[in-house]
Order: sequence, then structure tokens, then C-alpha cells
Amino acid sequence: MSVLSKSQRGPALAGVLIALFLILFLVVPVLKVIYVAFQDANTGAFTIINFADFFSSSLFRESFYNSVYVAGMSVVIATLIALPLSYFTTRFNFSGAVLIQTLGIIPLIMPPFVGAVAMKLLFGSNGSVNLILDEWFGINIPFMEGLNGVILVQSIHYFPFILINLSAALNNIDRAMEESAQNLGSHGMRLFRKVVFPLAMPGYIAGAALVFIKVFDDLGTPLLLDVNKMLAPQAYLRISSIGISDPMGYVISVILIVFSLLSLWVSLAAMRGKDYATVQKGGGGLAKRDLRPWEKFGCYAVVIFILVLVLSPHLGLMLLSFGTIWSYSILPDAYTFDHYIKVIGSASQYITNTLLYAGLAALFDVILGTAIAYIVWRTKLVGRKWLDYGATMALAVPGVVLGIGYLRTFYQFDVPLVNEPLATWWVIIVIALTIRRLPYALRACVAAIQQVSIMLEESAENLGATKRRTVWRIVIPLMSGGILAGFITSFATASVELSATIMLVARESDAPLAFGIYEFMQSAAGRGPGAALGMIAVVIVGLGTYFSHKVIERTEKKRSAARPVNEEA
Amino acid sequence: MKTMISRLALAGVLLASTAFTLNAAQALEGTLTVVTSYPPDTTTTFKNAFEKKYPGVKVEMLKKKTTAGIKYLQETASANKSDLFWASAPDAFEVLKGDSLLAKYDVKVKGIPEKVGSFPINDPDGYYKGFAASGYGIMWNTRYLKAKKLPVATEWSDLKKPVYFGHVGMSAPSRSGTTHLTVETVIQGMGWDKGWAEWKAIAGNFKTVTARSFGVPDGVNSGQFGLGIVIDFFGLSSKASGFPVDFAYPKVTTLVPANISIVKNAPNREAAAAFIEFLLSTQGQELLLDPKIMRLPVNPKTYAKAPAGFPNPFKDSSIGSAVKFDLGLSKGRYNVVNSLFDVMITYRLNELREATRALQEAKAAMAGKNNPKAAALIKEAQALIDALPITEAKASEKDFASIFKKKRKKATTKITGRQAEVEGEWDDMVKANYAKATKLANEAKSLL
Repeated sequence: MSVLSKSQRGPALAGVLIALFLILFLVVPVLKVIYVAFQDANTGAFTIINFADFFSSSLFRESFYNSVYVAGMSVVIATLIALPLSYFTTRFNFSGAVLIQTLGIIPLIMPPFVGAVAMKLLFGSNGSVNLILDEWFGINIPFMEGLNGVILVQSIHYFPFILINLSAALNNIDRAMEESAQNLGSHGMRLFRKVVFPLAMPGYIAGAALVFIKVFDDLGTPLLLDVNKMLAPQAYLRISSIGISDPMGYVISVILIVFSLLSLWVSLAAMRGKDYATVQKGGGGLAKRDLRPWEKFGCYAVVIFILVLVLSPHLGLMLLSFGTIWSYSILPDAYTFDHYIKVIGSASQYITNTLLYAGLAALFDVILGTAIAYIVWRTKLVGRKWLDYGATMALAVPGVVLGIGYLRTFYQFDVPLVNEPLATWWVIIVIALTIRRLPYALRACVAAIQQVSIMLEESAENLGATKRRTVWRIVIPLMSGGILAGFITSFATASVELSATIMLVARESDAPLAFGIYEFMQSAAGRGPGAALGMIAVVIVGLGTYFSHKVIERTEKKRSAARPVNEEA
Repeated sequence: MKTMISRLALAGVLLASTAFTLNAAQALEGTLTVVTSYPPDTTTTFKNAFEKKYPGVKVEMLKKKTTAGIKYLQETASANKSDLFWASAPDAFEVLKGDSLLAKYDVKVKGIPEKVGSFPINDPDGYYKGFAASGYGIMWNTRYLKAKKLPVATEWSDLKKPVYFGHVGMSAPSRSGTTHLTVETVIQGMGWDKGWAEWKAIAGNFKTVTARSFGVPDGVNSGQFGLGIVIDFFGLSSKASGFPVDFAYPKVTTLVPANISIVKNAPNREAAAAFIEFLLSTQGQELLLDPKIMRLPVNPKTYAKAPAGFPNPFKDSSIGSAVKFDLGLSKGRYNVVNSLFDVMITYRLNELREATRALQEAKAAMAGKNNPKAAALIKEAQALIDALPITEAKASEKDFASIFKKKRKKATTKITGRQAEVEGEWDDMVKANYAKATKLANEAKSLL
């Protein structure tokens, strides 16, 4: 232990525990599945011939290209959506900023397959919008055809990643920076381009990298839109239709993992050697100013247009949940409460399960995320970067692969006292969600810690605070915005996760909401009730998000109310 | 005294035995776990009726997609907790039977015939039992057809017509066992080359190949496309749920049983057996006619209660008997057919559609004209689209087919070639052919 100074022991212990957790619940199960990629399908011997097959197939090369294209375009569109929303709400005194921030997150809390169903009804080639366009102008716009559809659904679904992280970053920028720039004569777009946006870069990159990797790996959306010439659907289709011993599905999984790590590395490299931290804390972010009337009008127009666009899946879902029959028409034929009455009995159990699983998973995620962020950015422990890489790798593991891996690894292991295999105990669902959503919380926490100047901690220590006290009283409170952003992202997305849970739900009474919705949506008569259940999910998670925003706002207000006194003192 | 005792004893035995029979009917208890691919409309209907009949038993319906269900049973076999596997595709049961994960069971209910159409209802080896029949057909959205002024299609060959370009949807055979059966049925009915040519001509009109089999009825119901190739209960239950859709069986179709089987080492075998008996009883069979379920019962008597116009395969011999389905032939090339369909149609749909459109236009321009050069180009283009990478004999060749086998072969069997390698070669050929066919057809059109 003499190698480690005393102050490093605590973090070192935490680091080892986290590493063990990741190895046990991420690395081992995944290895149990993907070693097939390196196996000769006929003899079982080690080989890399499968990778040669991958690159010599034009189908796989096209899939690879399409995946990169779709992920890249989704980042572009998502940025166009998120930038105005986060800038207007953090920069100006804007009534309803909380409402916009909340509504902006709602797209995340819809299971992607439900979103795709609703989007098809609205924007499909015979959906409401095109039926109207056809009637009025005789034109048909292919919003949802092929890759377009995937890009549209994905950017609407995932832009909140950029919104949340960018807003947190903008809120953390020191007002003094902006004021200095203004004193030096910079304003308007130039101020934004040269000062504000660069300072918010860690948040933006964190969000954009998440969007890119998530879209790159996402399975549900392309599958529902029947786009199969992309990597993740190819992997899934091969594993599920050709069989577990076909190597190509696993080869693709390996490529997904490698490429995701690569893009993560690129995003880190892009920020290397730059210091984004600002010293003077408690400045409460950018100076907010009032808008002139015509500016207000413009901002509202942009915001409302974007909100209508990003909330359109919810609008579609709502119509579906209240509509009787909706077929080749602009709106449903008639409206009814029947679907809600039908699901109200089964809903409460689904809701309890969802809140329990997603709440626990998000809680574990922010604890792990904060710890990892601290270890990576504030200690010199050997191999600390690998904690970050390891946790982030979870992004690249398709949920189905993780699910199968858990069944393989933990089915033989009976949990003491419960007398049930770990693989079928409900806690395994929480663990799977924790692992799957850890990267989200981690990116938010990393972005937060990068904006906290290390000088503040050094001053605290110079004043005699112990390391532990510094972490509790200085680092974590200053990171709270990012931690909360991480909690919300993890919670909201975990509550609609399906791909891993579908493998792990061992009995009906353990099933979460997304599972219930998926079940209903598999039959003609179940579309309405499934949509009703989806609406209930959206409302509940939406309320949860709204109240956590209220809580942040209140604490922020308290802090800024207390500040003038402190400053004068 | 003796008689007294013997009478008492007799009474005692009688009492005990009545108590025993009462117990046998009602003492069933515990939690019956059913792994099933069916939607809640089906499962809750049966669960409620069964629990009413056996109040001691609680039924847990564990919903998995068929493929996921197989994997779940395989992975959990070492400490099995499931009692029943309840799904459609017979080949899913074949896989589980092959892994010896199913238990044999003799059904007590009488009155179920041997066959439906030309397909045996029960597994000849006694493992899984058919409880309902289903066949593939065409479903269409009446509003859609009316708005686009399209005629109704009732035969597979109708779907090739140029009017349906971009209006048809289907699921891939590799995704759904029953879709596979439809593909194989047409190929067996028309012969290898002609059958595949038929599928490619139909597929040229596809709007999409869906990844889930429910994607097809969903697309027709919501009007994403006008016509879909679907399994009967999807069409019938959509109609019964009020969607503006209808359904018909083409002449060439195969009826197959949907099945149920007890899982090996089932924790509640008694209750599992009771569930199977219930499913096949008069009450259980009648539940199949529920508007949300709409499956063909296997007990012919049940059809007396069916709504007017409901198809009855035991009376109407034209349903599902036009083709003498060769199960052995189908089994031998199962994965090869799936793979061919995916390579030539699913993954090259855009290229195929483009070639088909060009050819349809060239043919339309050709109508009534005499231009030998253009005719030759059209013929060549057609041949390029129809060309197959392998012959029928090769598809059934044991060594070749085993490249596509799902399970790893024993280390001793020597196999040359890997599936991904073979598929890569096919793909190169198919892609080049479709591109050339498009070019030739466009050339032909420019001549006319």
C-alpha cells in the first residue's frame, strides 16, 4: 500500500470495486457471447477468417457505410433541434423555460418502437401529413422512406442527449467570461461562436458522442422501419434467424464495439489539451437578458415549431390511444376511452416495476458515474482511463447480447436466501439497466467535473479540508447539475428500455412498462391499448422529469439568493 | 360384525375414492408457467377461462418471440422452470424436440382428426400437439385499394401485376416459420425455377420486407401499404377488430397446425397436461373463435359455432390441399431457402424493385409493337432477374446444405465453405444481374 499516498486509498478501493463490477456484469457476459466471432463455425478453432468474410461482403460494407451515414446525419439534425432550445432557454429570460426543458426531454421517454409506429402514422407515405399534402398539392414527401425515416426518428428521439448536456454546460459557464468578451466589444453571433459555444464544448461533445454511438448501435428503430441494410439490424437478424452459432452476428457486434470505442476516443482527443473549467463558481451561468418584442416573437416561433416536430410522436400516440380505427385517414374515425379502461387494471404493476427498476438503476448509475469521473479526472491511479472506456463500452453492446450473456453466465448461480438463479431474479434487470445506462450518466458526470476548476479543490485543501470533505462539500455540489442531468437521462431511458429486458423478464409479474406495451402492440386489437399504456408511461416519466427540474431550479435559486450576501461578506 | 366391518371398510374406500376423484379435478394447484409467442388477446382469454375452471392454478404467461422463446428454454434447461411451450411454427417445436427439451404427452380428448389440409395435426413422435390451424393468404386494406383505384388480389400471381408496384408487403421467411412455409409451398407447387421467378416478380412490387411478421398486418391496417401476405388469423382478427381490411386464401397455400407441448422436467406436469386438455376441449376450441383471436379450430365440430363466412378447412377441401407438401424436401433445404430469399430479395429489395420497374415499363411500352431487338433485350433482362445462384439439386445436397446449418457440426465432419462466404458470392452475382437487367430494360424502352 506504500505505493499509494493516503489520499489515494479511498479512490483506489472504489476503483477496484467498480472494475470488479464491470468485469462481472459487462465483460464476462459479453465475452461469453462474442467469442463466437473468433471461432471457426465448423471446427470451433480460433480464427479471424470471419472478419475477412465481413469486409469482403459488399452487403456488409454497404451496411457499415449506411450506419455511419445515418449516425452522422442524426447528430447534425439533433444539433439543429437542440441548439436553439438550449440557447434560448439558458440565455434569455424566457417564460416557460422549465416547460421547454422538460418537453424537450420527453422524446427520450418513449420506447423507440412506439415512436416509430406513431411517426409512420403521421409522416409515412400514406400518413396524415402526406395525405394532406396529397389532397392539397398532389405531392408526397418521403420523410420516412429508407434511411430518411431512421434519421428523422433517431434525431427526434435522441436530441435530448445534446439538449441536456449542452444546457448543463451553458448553465455552468462563468458569466465573467461573457462579460469580459462583451467589454472587449464582442456580441451577438460572434460572442456565441467565439466564446459561449467553445466554453460549452465539453457538454456538446458529450451529448453528440452519445447520439452518434447510440444511433450507430440502435436496433429497434431501423428494424421497425424495415431498414435492414445497417450494421445493428444485420447483427440481430443473423443472430436471431440463422442461429446462435453463426459467427457473423458476433463479428458485427465486435465491430460495433470497436467503432464505438473509436468514436469515443476521437471525441476525447478532440478536447485534449484544452481547459474548459472556469474558476468563479456560483455565477449562475450566462447572464440572462430580456428579449425585445420582435425577438420574443421569433424565438417563440422557432421553439414552438421545434416542439411540435419533436412531440409529434407523442401526438400520434395520443391519437392512437384515444382513436377507434385509424387506417389510411388523416385522423382516427372516432374517439373513445375504451383502450384506457382496458389497460388500467394491468398498468399499476407495470408502473411500479418500471419506477423501481429505472429508479434504482439511475441511482446506481450516478453513484458509479460520479465515482468514475472523479477517479479518471482527479487521481493518478494506474489504468483509470480503462474504467471510463470499460463503462462506456456498455453503449456498444447490443441489449440482446447482454441479455443472452446474463442468461449464460448467471443461470447456474443461485442467489442465497432467495433460492433462485440470479438470471431470473428481478434484480438482474436492475443490473442490466444499470450497465446499459451507465454511459449516459458517466458522460454527464465527466462533462460536469471538467467544468469544475481543480483550483477550487486545491483552495479548499489549502484551507485545511480533508480530501473526503472537499469531495463532499465542493466537488459533488458543483457537479450537481451534471449529476442530475445524468440521473434524468438514465432514468428516463431505462424506463423505456426493452432489448435486454425482453430476454431477462422471467415472469409476468416482473415485467416493466415497455415490455407490456410491446406485448400489446403485437396484435391488431392491441394497438389502441398498447398506445394507452405508452401514454401513461410518458405522462408518469414526464412528471418525474418535470419535478426534478423544479427541484434543481429551486436549489439554484436558493444558491443565487444567498450569493450576494456571501460576496459582500 | 364381519359384515359390519367390511361395510364400513367399503364405505371408507368409497368415501376415500370420491374424495380422491374430487381432488384430481380440483386439487391442481401451483403456478403454471407458459412460454408463449402469442399476444395478450390470446393469452389472457385462455388464462382467465382456465383459471376459472381450475381455481387452484395460477397461470403465468411468459411472452417471448418464438426465436427468443427457443433460446430461453435452451439457456434455462439446466434448471427448468417452464411448464409449457405454446407457439405457432411447427419447426420451432422441431428444434426443441431435437435438443430433447420437450416431454411426450398422450392427449385424452377425442374427436380431433389426423390431418388438416395435407398436414398432420399432431407430432408423429408424440411430443407436440396441434390446437389450431393456420394458413397464409392475402390481406388488403379496402380504403387503400379504393383510394388508389386498385383491384382486389386473391391469387399469388395477381400480386405480380404492374398495378401493384409499391403496394405489397411481406415478412422474410427467415423471420417467421409460417412465411417460410408459404415460400416453400409456392416453390414446391410451381417448381424450383418457376417458383423463385414467381417470388421475385411479386417481390418486385414490394413496398417493404418487414422484420417482424406482425409488421405486415400492422402495415396493411394502418394503410402503409395496400396488400400484405399474411397468416390467416392476422387478417381475420384485424377484420374482427374493425379495421377496413379483408382476407382471402389463394388456391396454393398450406394449412399448418399451431402447437403446444409440455417442457421436459416441467415443475407442474399435471397442470400442464390439464391446460393442453382444456385447449383441445369443446370450450377451449370455441375460445379460438373469439373476434380478437380468430384461429381455425382443429375440432371440426366447433365450426358449427363459427360466424358466417368463416373458412372451414374440414369442409372446404380447396383450402390448403392444392399442393402435396413434401416435408422432407422442405426440411432438407430449410436454411438454404431462407438465405436465398434474404440475399436475392430482402437485402437487395431496392435493386430488385428498380429492375422490376424498368422491366414493367419496357413491357408496357412494348405492348402491341413489334420490335425484335427490344424484345430480345426484355427477354435477356427477365432472364437476368430470374437467374438463381444455385440449382435445385445443389440446394438439397447434404454437404452444401450443412454449411447453412444452425448448429455447429461435430469436429469430425469436414465442411468446406462458410455461410457468409457463400452468401457474399451470391450477393455479388445478384447485385450485378439486377443492375444489368435495369440497364437492358431501359435500353429496350428507349428503342420503343
